[in-house]
Amino acid sequence: MIKFLFIGLLRDRSRSLMPILIVAIGVMLSVFMYCYLLGLMGDMIDFNARFATGHVKIMTHAYAENQDQNPNDLALLETNSLIGNLKTEFPDMDWVQRIKFGGLIDVPDENGETKTQGTGFGMAYDIISENSTEIERMNLEKALVKGTLPKHKNEILLSDDFAQKLNVNLGQSITLISSTMYGEMAIFNFNVVGTIKFGTQVLDKGGIVADISGIQDALNMENAAGEILGFLNSKVYLDEEANRVASVFNEKYRNSDDVFSPIMLRLKEQSFLSSYLDLIDSMQGIIISMFILVMAIVLWNTGLIGGLRRYGEIGVRLAIGEDHHHIYKMMIYESILIGIVGSTLGTIVGLFLAYLMQEIGIDISSIMRNNTLMMQSVFRAKITPPAFYIGFIPGIFAIVLGTMLSGIGIYKRKTAQLFKELEV
Amino acid sequence: MEQSKIITIKNLVKKFPVGKGFFIALNGINTGFEQGEFAGLVGPSGSGKTTLLNIIGSLDSPSEGSAEVLGYSVGSLTHKQAAMLRRQHIGFIFQTFNLLPVYTVFENIEFPLLLMNMTATERTKAVHDAIEWVGLGDKIKSRPAMLSGGECQRVAIARAMVKKPEIVLADEPTANLDAENSHHILQTMEKLNKELKTTFIFATHDEKVINYLHRKIQLFDGKIAKDELIKSI
Ligand SMILES: Nc1ncnc2c1ncn2[C@@H]1O[C@H](COP(=O)(O)OP(=O)(O)OP(=O)(O)O)[C@@H](O)[C@H]1O
Ligand SMILES: [Mg+2]
Repeated sequence: MIKFLFIGLLRDRSRSLMPILIVAIGVMLSVFMYCYLLGLMGDMIDFNARFATGHVKIMTHAYAENQDQNPNDLALLETNSLIGNLKTEFPDMDWVQRIKFGGLIDVPDENGETKTQGTGFGMAYDIISENSTEIERMNLEKALVKGTLPKHKNEILLSDDFAQKLNVNLGQSITLISSTMYGEMAIFNFNVVGTIKFGTQVLDKGGIVADISGIQDALNMENAAGEILGFLNSKVYLDEEANRVASVFNEKYRNSDDVFSPIMLRLKEQSFLSSYLDLIDSMQGIIISMFILVMAIVLWNTGLIGGLRRYGEIGVRLAIGEDHHHIYKMMIYESILIGIVGSTLGTIVGLFLAYLMQEIGIDISSIMRNNTLMMQSVFRAKITPPAFYIGFIPGIFAIVLGTMLSGIGIYKRKTAQLFKELEV
Repeated sequence: MEQSKIITIKNLVKKFPVGKGFFIALNGINTGFEQGEFAGLVGPSGSGKTTLLNIIGSLDSPSEGSAEVLGYSVGSLTHKQAAMLRRQHIGFIFQTFNLLPVYTVFENIEFPLLLMNMTATERTKAVHDAIEWVGLGDKIKSRPAMLSGGECQRVAIARAMVKKPEIVLADEPTANLDAENSHHILQTMEKLNKELKTTFIFATHDEKVINYLHRKIQLFDGKIAKDELIKSI
């Protein structure tokens, strides 16, 4: 009987083609959409990891509690030896120090008198050391608008807008007025060697990027840093792995009685990101249910149209002695066959598109023209194991559901009219 | 005498609801059929031929009275039981042949057997026999669209006969055929009736069909006006 149904589907294209196409397109879209959103979320998380949270981040307890104020007076001390330890304890990871700071930028004229002034917000990365991983991580080279990256610790980058506002030229010396780690006034001169585009208004208004050693000098933070960020060598964030690292570290270093003792927080524990990560988990469910609903309704209609076309056939089958229930069952079997073919096709095409998008990506840099620090210029999809089944089972489920709904009409068919109906 | 009847109809009344009242399509039918009859319901249009055939075929049920087919009381069968009765014991031949267009001649004839849990070998043999009976050996792989009307009706006969049912019901089987094809299929059915002892009941007003009948039951306004044996079996 199954063979019989199969032959029918093969020969009667209008019986099979339309539903197969619908299922295939639906499955393709969900697979692709899933991979695309996953890629997008992944990009977002990745960006946050690079820019703010690391995969894990070490701060003092006190700093962690007042993070948004960049309390450098609560910074980590002895960071060089701490990093040394981290490198031996977690050799697969990359550990970097960062300092966030705020301050006044003072631009002097030829006589050393203040020409212009503005408040800036800065970030200090390891830029000048020989094997800096931060330049690539922070997309610094691409975000550069003019000039070069700092090569000495007293060289600095300003946001392009800020530099224009302050009327600063490349090579010019400026003064950063801030406070040291110990609360004293800090005054330090830097050379502006380049301008940079951040891509967010707040930072473009007054952003500063400096080398960490220069800022350590300026703020009297010798061998100290606000934060140490750790990056897994997997490139993508793996919560379990981050969790493992964090528990090992916290077990060893954390001392909740001492507000200056270090604490390691993983990405998921920091700020709003945890809800994004949870969203990724529920996304699967959302996509699947949306897909099933829409597809089932479309296929329900296709089934109704198909049912009209096969009115005569069903009549003959009833007359020959097939009962309603059996016909209904056979239609569902048919739909399963259609579902398998359609879902397979859809999954293959969807994965292929997602693969292209994963490997090549959509490069929007030509549209965006200017690269920025914040903007990812290539959108990429991401294929994960669920992509292989996320469309498949719902594809079959949707067509079965659609067929079940559209097939109910069979039960309304009265045999008493068959002779008359079949005369037509 | 009663025992040899495979169909017994007693005081059969069939009413159809029309508007607020009823239309009486069959009004007190009493008759019966024996194994191997070649009988026809004849009469003017609207006299109730198809309605009676419907009830004998367990497609519809009596409003009053009873119709017993092969020991089953048609009125009291469930949908499933009625389907089973048709599947096992009754073959249908329609005016418009109603073959399944996507399937070949072979597959169309095989279809009723698929519903009967037969093995593939049994089915193939039965289908080949049936094709042999109607003389379509060379068209076995053709699809209905490639066949003439007469050939289609022969396939329909083979489909009705392949399970060797006790009863074959044919409603105006020649209405869409020319004289030559009509005679051909009637001869085929006559031969099968003789060889397999299958009971044939026609509903028709085609003179050509009537000439082949062994028994002619005249219906008029839902009643049997005349019931005559023409040729003895
Ligand atoms: N479902 C129904 N509802 C109402 N009236 C019906 C129904 N079925 C049949 N009838 C009526 O019953 C009468 C007998 O119908 P039937 O189809 O048995 O006639 P028939 O002898 O087969 O006629 P024909 O030679 O035209 O096929 C007709 O008058 C018809 O209108
Ligand atoms: Mg009729």
